[in-house]
Amino acid sequence: MSERVAVRKTYKLFIGGKFPRSESGRSYIVQDANVALSSRKDARDAVVAARAAVKGWAGATAYNRGQILYRVAEMLEGRREQFAALGVPGDEVDAAIDRWVWYAGWSDKLPQVYGGANPVAGPYFNLSAPEPTGVVAVVAPESPALLGLVSVIAPAIVTGNTVVAAASPSAPLAAVTLAEVLATSDLPGGVVNILTGRLAETVPTLASHMDVNAIDLTGVADADLAADLEVKAAENLKRVLRPAPADHDWSADPGITRMTTLLETKTVWHPKGV
Amino acid sequence: MTATATSARSDLSELGRSETALRTFLHGLPGVDQVGAEQRAAQLGTRSIKTTAKAQAIDLAIRMVDLTTLEGADTPGKVRALAAKALRPDPADPSCPHVGAVCVYPSMVPHVAEVLRGSGVHLASVATAFPSGQAPLEVKLADTRAAVEAGADEIDMVINRGAFLAGRYKEVYDEIVATKEACGDAHLKVILETGELATYDNVRRASWLAMLAGGDFVKTSTGKVPVAATPPVTLVMLEAVRDFRAATGRQVGVKPAGGIRTSKDAIKYLVMVNETVGPDWLDPDWFRFGASTLLNDLLMQRTKLKTGVYSGPDYFTLD
Amino acid sequence: MFEYAPAPESRSVVDIKPSYGLFIDGEFVDPTDGGTFKSVNPASEEVLAEVAEGGAGDVDRAVRAARAAYEKVWGPMPGRDRAKYLFRIARIIQERSRELAVLESLDNGKPIKESRDVDVPLVAAHFFYYAGWADKLPYAGFGPDPKPLGVAAQVIPWNFPLLMLAWKIAPALAAGNTVVLKPAETTPLTALLFAEICQQADLPAGVVNIVTGAGDTGRALVEHPGVDKVAFTGSTEVGKAIARAVAGTRKKVTLELGGKAANIVFDDAPVDQAVEGIVNGIFFNQGHVCCAGSRLLIQESVADRVLESLKRRMAQLRVGDPLDKNTDIGAINSAAQLARIKELSDAGSAEGAERWSPPCELPDRGFWFAPTIFTGVTQAHRIAREEIFGPVLSVLTFRTPAEAVEKANNTPYGLSAGIWTDKGSRILWMADRLRAGVVWANTFNKFDPTSPFGGYKESGYGREGGRHGLEGYLNV
Repeated sequence: MSERVAVRKTYKLFIGGKFPRSESGRSYIVQDANVALSSRKDARDAVVAARAAVKGWAGATAYNRGQILYRVAEMLEGRREQFAALGVPGDEVDAAIDRWVWYAGWSDKLPQVYGGANPVAGPYFNLSAPEPTGVVAVVAPESPALLGLVSVIAPAIVTGNTVVAAASPSAPLAAVTLAEVLATSDLPGGVVNILTGRLAETVPTLASHMDVNAIDLTGVADADLAADLEVKAAENLKRVLRPAPADHDWSADPGITRMTTLLETKTVWHPKGV
Repeated sequence: MTATATSARSDLSELGRSETALRTFLHGLPGVDQVGAEQRAAQLGTRSIKTTAKAQAIDLAIRMVDLTTLEGADTPGKVRALAAKALRPDPADPSCPHVGAVCVYPSMVPHVAEVLRGSGVHLASVATAFPSGQAPLEVKLADTRAAVEAGADEIDMVINRGAFLAGRYKEVYDEIVATKEACGDAHLKVILETGELATYDNVRRASWLAMLAGGDFVKTSTGKVPVAATPPVTLVMLEAVRDFRAATGRQVGVKPAGGIRTSKDAIKYLVMVNETVGPDWLDPDWFRFGASTLLNDLLMQRTKLKTGVYSGPDYFTLD
Repeated sequence: MFEYAPAPESRSVVDIKPSYGLFIDGEFVDPTDGGTFKSVNPASEEVLAEVAEGGAGDVDRAVRAARAAYEKVWGPMPGRDRAKYLFRIARIIQERSRELAVLESLDNGKPIKESRDVDVPLVAAHFFYYAGWADKLPYAGFGPDPKPLGVAAQVIPWNFPLLMLAWKIAPALAAGNTVVLKPAETTPLTALLFAEICQQADLPAGVVNIVTGAGDTGRALVEHPGVDKVAFTGSTEVGKAIARAVAGTRKKVTLELGGKAANIVFDDAPVDQAVEGIVNGIFFNQGHVCCAGSRLLIQESVADRVLESLKRRMAQLRVGDPLDKNTDIGAINSAAQLARIKELSDAGSAEGAERWSPPCELPDRGFWFAPTIFTGVTQAHRIAREEIFGPVLSVLTFRTPAEAVEKANNTPYGLSAGIWTDKGSRILWMADRLRAGVVWANTFNKFDPTSPFGGYKESGYGREGGRHGLEGYLNV
């Protein structure tokens, strides 16, 4: 009996809940695979998909979003071997799963922790509550490829934002595999969109896109590129998370700043009377 | 404008025929936000009225006073003295105008009428089982007719607050219509007793109800319950008479009563009249203060403006 | 007719010096590489004082003074002691409230009743509120061990000179930062009086520095490498320039920028209060308010009635001497702003909107603009899209709640919005959907130190006021 010939996987983009090839028809070889090389057009398509998903995802109940994030953790737990095969260390997969669980729990707690009633000096009901800012572009750190990506996507989406993520250019396979996890976790299409390829090609498009509300530059290691992206982001006053230092400890408690930077606070006043 | 006003008038006259129509109309009036109304009234209270404007306002306020005594202890002697004061509030100064009216119980009307005859000072009488209004309709109407026959040319009636709060609007309406008829030529002021109506929405509805039923004035209070006239209540009533005239063409007067004791307070009300309904209401025919102690404070302030010296109570008559 | 006699507030309570230096390291000093400019009373065009214009070298001196004070005094000082200085400042503001109110009205042109009853009381309240936070920062909810950022560069506008100063300085100092603040070039005087108050409070030298000047001074401050934080309130255009200028630096930024708020009136609104809210929304402070309700959206079924009431109410507005206690609308802050208002209003007429103002006599001298409404405005008109920052209201209509939301959100701005309806569930439905940082329901233009304020989208980011207002001044 001859040995079975394996079926190889095509690593594609994740846009609007589907797995298209780059519209440019290009790919690049990385981690011994052909991976889609995203174009500016792919980035724009991803923004359109992310925008279309905002209403439903931001409008979903916090309970529902929490359930879905927890479902992602469950699905990831079942795919440990797949990530191991891609060279992701077991403890990184563990940490990534735990991070989904951690953020899942925040969905219905952050509005309580970060919002609240304000005791104004007058006969008014006054309540501040956080709301998602909208479409967030995120640049995942070069490494750790899985934990880093999860650590920038989860805090953005748990509060109701939708995301266009640029995966680690040197280790994109974990990102595409994570997309497969997300696609089977009841996450509505378009809430997370993942682009593979060169940052210099896609991220400037995202930074200058007027229908993107915020940008997370965490994975931009090149300081000049980061500054240039921040300048582009200023055109419509995107909320900006600046690059993480090279020695950032991804296993540490993330705190809430990643979530709060991508939130708006809305304060509602109403008179109290009969 | 005239055409619309005429058609609106005929529309509104139908409302009194059915409980449902009245309710639908009154509950369809715009709501009043308590905080907003109170803030507007307070803002108007911050106007600074000085020098010539103050002098003008004080004389106008004196002319608008319904000089009132409504005590069980009232006697012919007491009310005659009050009527004399109404004619000449400041005996030392003949330029001081007389007040708008004297307001007394029906039994006191003949004694006041003697003093006021031919003076131009009106004679108002409370009627309809004032202040509670808790008497059979026949008694209330007899009360009204007696006061008019004795010489009152203005009747201050009380509405049936129980019926109003229970939503029996037609009952309240019919009573006002009957009282108006019993008044003959006398002007009818309808006391809403706003302190018992509890909300500004109710004050607005009761004002419209009184106007729809033919009242010539809407008045805040009897002075016999803890909460009497307040600036925001008066503001809501002024808005009602303004809107009623716009809808029907008929002008109705407003009388805050009770609790207005100082010139400063009175001037705040005049500012409110000026900026809410305008100069058409800045006249004793259309705006009155139901008050007693207010008059002496107006007189003291008037003297201060004339002489530059603060006066004291010993220099003004007690009646 | 009942004519109100003039009731002017006396200006004798204020002692304006002929010239002012920069307030650096606890002293008033002459500029080393700057010049001078004049601050005028916009109601009379009278020159009030000559004020120093800080150059780059002066800004550098101020930043160094702030750095030294941060490292040696204010940073190490226990929160409870910082609190006491802030309480002390709050008290002095209350004690000198009349003086501050009169000076603010003289320099800015706003009616004395607003500087007296709104601005100055809120200034004192702001310092009281943040004073109490200085020793409670770990409880603010941003993390267990929040730290100050360092030196804050703060640039404020001319519409609420002293109040914007308070919004900037109080949270910065409470969080343990030191500041260099640049007031607007047309309204520097109350900030300079505040500097005297800092002296009177014995606030350590260098904790608060005031560098007066115009755009170049502000730019030098924002771009100075020694600042750790930039806080700006002003136009969206300058806000974007600042966001670009700090790109690639460590500077933390908060921006409170322009707006074009929709004030939405439904057919079941409490009409009389809504009309008050419309008037307060657009004519408060001559419309020089970033969160002004400058787009009135009225449900078509009540549009005529609401407009009639609005016009009647507008006829009661008293335009004139800011120091008269009965003035409702004061002077436009500057000739340049007046020109901008006129330009946009003319564009409104040219584009076919119908313009209306009540009869009102404007003084001969000074900068004035009558309260104005435009009806028949559509979303395409410039006056429906651009911030006018004056007493000019654009009126549009809508038919359904969904259409109201769509029109309200159809702008790059997102600072504030108003809703007028008696139906509670509709308020909450609307409030959920309006993309604005502050939603006033059945009220408008209310402010409180405990209540966060700030915008969505191009109205800026970060919040000022409340617990949220600390976040921009802390490293968490």
